[in-house]
Amino acid sequence: MEIPYVTQPRRDTGLYNAKVGIWLFLASEVMLFGGLFASYIMLRVGAPEGTWPTDLLDVPIGTINTVVLILSSVTVVLAWSALKLKNFKQYRRFQAVTILCAVTFIVIKSFEYREKFTHYDVVLVTGERVDGHLKERGEDEQGEEYLVLSHPVSYPAVNGIAYRPEAVREQKKSGQIDADRRIAQSEVKSIKNWSPAANTYFAIYFTMTALHALHVIAGALVIAWIWGPGASLWKTDPERYINRVEVSGLFWHFVDLVWIFLFPVLYLL
Amino acid sequence: MEATQTQAQRQSVHETHHEQGPGFLRQYIFSTDHKIIGLQYAVTALCFLLIGFFLMCLMSWSKAYDMAAVPVLGPLLETLLGNAAAEGKISPDLYNSFGAMHGTIMVFLAIVPMVFAAFGNYIVPLQIGAVDMAFPRINMASYQFYFLGGVVMLTSFFIPNGAAQAGWTSYSPLATVIETDGQTFWLIGMVLLITSSLLGAVNFIATIIQLRAPGMTWMRMPWFVWVQFVTAFLLLLAFPPLEVAALMQLMDKLVGTSFFLPTGMALTSGEFATAESAAASGGGSALLYQHLFWFLGHPEVYVLILPAMGIVAEVISNHARRPLWGYRTLVYSVLAVGFLSFIVWAHHMYLTGMGTFISAFFQTTTIIISIPSVVILTCLFITLWGGSIRINTPPMLFALAFLPMFGIGGLTGLPLAFNFADLHLHDTYYVIAHFHYVVAPGTIFGLMAGIYFWYPKVTGRLMNDYWGKVHFWASLLFMNIVFMPMFYQGMKGMIRRQHDGGAGYSSARNPDGIGGLDDTVMEFNTVILMGALMLGLAQIPFILNFFLSLKYGEKAASDNPWRATTLDWQTPTPPPHGNFRQPPEVVRGPYDYSLPGAKEDFVPQNQPA
Amino acid sequence: MSGHSPEEVQLEKKRYLTVFYILLVGTVVTVAAYFVELPWQALTVLVALIIASVKGFFVAGYFMHLMDEKKLIYVVMGFTFFFFLGLLLLTIWAWADTPISSW
Ligand code: HEM
Ligand SMILES: [Cu+2]
Repeated sequence: MEIPYVTQPRRDTGLYNAKVGIWLFLASEVMLFGGLFASYIMLRVGAPEGTWPTDLLDVPIGTINTVVLILSSVTVVLAWSALKLKNFKQYRRFQAVTILCAVTFIVIKSFEYREKFTHYDVVLVTGERVDGHLKERGEDEQGEEYLVLSHPVSYPAVNGIAYRPEAVREQKKSGQIDADRRIAQSEVKSIKNWSPAANTYFAIYFTMTALHALHVIAGALVIAWIWGPGASLWKTDPERYINRVEVSGLFWHFVDLVWIFLFPVLYLL
Repeated sequence: MEATQTQAQRQSVHETHHEQGPGFLRQYIFSTDHKIIGLQYAVTALCFLLIGFFLMCLMSWSKAYDMAAVPVLGPLLETLLGNAAAEGKISPDLYNSFGAMHGTIMVFLAIVPMVFAAFGNYIVPLQIGAVDMAFPRINMASYQFYFLGGVVMLTSFFIPNGAAQAGWTSYSPLATVIETDGQTFWLIGMVLLITSSLLGAVNFIATIIQLRAPGMTWMRMPWFVWVQFVTAFLLLLAFPPLEVAALMQLMDKLVGTSFFLPTGMALTSGEFATAESAAASGGGSALLYQHLFWFLGHPEVYVLILPAMGIVAEVISNHARRPLWGYRTLVYSVLAVGFLSFIVWAHHMYLTGMGTFISAFFQTTTIIISIPSVVILTCLFITLWGGSIRINTPPMLFALAFLPMFGIGGLTGLPLAFNFADLHLHDTYYVIAHFHYVVAPGTIFGLMAGIYFWYPKVTGRLMNDYWGKVHFWASLLFMNIVFMPMFYQGMKGMIRRQHDGGAGYSSARNPDGIGGLDDTVMEFNTVILMGALMLGLAQIPFILNFFLSLKYGEKAASDNPWRATTLDWQTPTPPPHGNFRQPPEVVRGPYDYSLPGAKEDFVPQNQPA
Repeated sequence: MSGHSPEEVQLEKKRYLTVFYILLVGTVVTVAAYFVELPWQALTVLVALIIASVKGFFVAGYFMHLMDEKKLIYVVMGFTFFFFLGLLLLTIWAWADTPISSW
């Protein structure tokens, strides 16, 4: 005896097994990301005054990634539609775009991560605070270490206040760029980079986006598997193949959906 | 379309054949058959139950005889665990490890895998007349994640500084700053176990929704299936927030974030860290962890108890030869319990300084949830009324004892539900007694009833009756000797999680202090130790019975030795791959016992009128 | 699930493209709102969340075809969403109702 409703929907529920399965799984995913969003809110409202930085992420890049994911979502449904019309070639083309989008997203995201990890926040002995992108690091002739920050932003260091004050942020938003800044070791009081440990905002930013990126990778792998090695099923059992494409698509849209909320919450607010 | 359909059929028939083919590995280790996976879960979970029990005995020893060398096992402990057990003594740190791991192992590695995964896997598809679970390979993966999680947890005992020490609840900041990598192991283990549970939950729900046999309508499902259905939903929706908490605590431990550390950063990571950055880190929230934990934690306690209730209901209805009283009421009650259990969690957090409004809210929901619980218990009691009860069999004895024992556990929960009473009782042995009454003589009795009940279906042989009864009476006695005194200790103010069993606060040691723990409280520690050891001895007949009956047990007279109505008993023994001789067709409700005018006193669900 | 007849599928495709454009416009509006000064922070948050929710609605409703799904899935997702709200709102309430303001 074999398991029923693998391909055909059951009469009373109107659903085939895998579709029930994926929606249940997505329900748990809603709770997973829901828990993260709830944590984000609690951490943010609980953060002491002035310790929650904003406007530190690159909005244009985030926008591009948003568009990339939206595009991938639409190609997934178009691919599914093509399959339903028995147009396997077109399905392959659409889904290839999806996979490409996924790769693009991850590549862009890793550049963004790198950008943050190499961004340094330096408090000088003079009481000035400079943060900027690490451009160069080395020793001068006297053997003293120094570093060069590009796009530096400078403002007075106030204890307990994290990151750029409002006025500086507005300046930055308008796209003003300052000249590179060279800082010698002897000038430095403290220094840290924008890693998860830097601040609770970065902590939650990295946690959420990393978890999301893992979902992107997993979803892309599944779609790619169905697209490539798993495609032989199309010949033997097309109905089931279409179902697989639908189910993997549902997961993919969910990943897109999460990003639609992550983007404003982390980049814009 | 037609053509492809049959082609697909042919292919999957081919696949099944492949699976049925010989090969020990495929058949027993990497099996996708729900029954084999159920048995894998059962065997593994029972081993963990034993390990958890063993840890408890060591803790009891430490509480009664603080810093005295453990008799007999001391040297072994020292070889295994090194310095923490120097000279065979249980150091306070080691006690903390044992405590944390006892709770973790019992809850996540023993009870849930046993009552949910093992019984659920084996019985649910049979009872709904399915050939297997909806996703057999995911089922296998679920077991493998569970196994891996168990390995990670056990390994952590043997790393330097030992296993996790911050309790099964692993509250931050303690859990984060404590000096052992055991906590990291614990977190990784938990992520694996959660993954396993999520996969299992998806599978159970999809199976129950999709694979019910023709005629098996929702209201014809045995109550046990309903219970597993609700339990699966609890796992599915409550576990992810704990996974979030585990991941965030892992970040705190490994990359130096400070999600749950209010005062600044956890680790001052390397060359870049200063006091300033800590001040500006944007603070974390220790209470956030507690919220995320208890959002799982409370549904989890119902995950522990509901399946046991389901087993007990099956056994009682069968052994009283009466339909389950108030079947519909039972169904709605368990749905209500499931729903409400998501909105009561902060009754574990009254002492965190929550305001009065929110406390009142959680107090109210907690009281409300006890109503359906009591309704369930009442229905089970009334089922007995006027039945022709077969009382003297091990499954029925365990099932019957479950009722008052769970009653004690549940009723003692009520004072805890009230904010003002809980302020006194929180974190004392009273709480320990409360939940152990529910879980130990409650759930464990339920699962024992289940083992004695379904053993003949799985093996074709009955377990020995006489030794079963010895096992029962001894367990009942010693369970109560172990847990009853804890109520007293708790009300007297003995706090939990102390390696010396409260000796540091005893009036004997502080003759001038006020309100010290009196001698009776302290002496009970010894009583509990003795009770625990005897309870351990009482399991020996069970263990022997369990294994010896495989070979020497009395052969079951038929496929249906208990003369039961549900579909699980209408299969060959043991059920083959695919379960049923013919696809079953359900024509009646699950508990048609003692129907007037029927030939026998039971009518199976698939027997036409 | 919508039917498989070619006409229906063609219609579906058109609808997907429309949704795609709506999502693009939504993204543009979100980003634009970021660069525009709004009188209060709360308003900025509200606008951003509303736009995100609208976009989310279109993705879930049309790409995941929730607009046209079986009852069972509505029930499951409905409860899930309810419990998520419970987690969120009760935690916020607990935080807000804590006399000592810092956690
Ligand atoms: C039926 C009504 C019940 C009520 C009103 C109730 C109430 C409570 C309350 C208020 C607490 C918190 C006590 C404290 O920490 O100060 C508690 C703890 C606990 N309850 Fe229950 N409970 C009930 C049933 C159950 C059931 C069915 C279980 C299932 C196994 C259970 C397991 C637990 C556990 C494990 C804890 C302690 C958790 C810990 O702090 O380690 N309870 N209960
Ligand atoms: Cu609780």
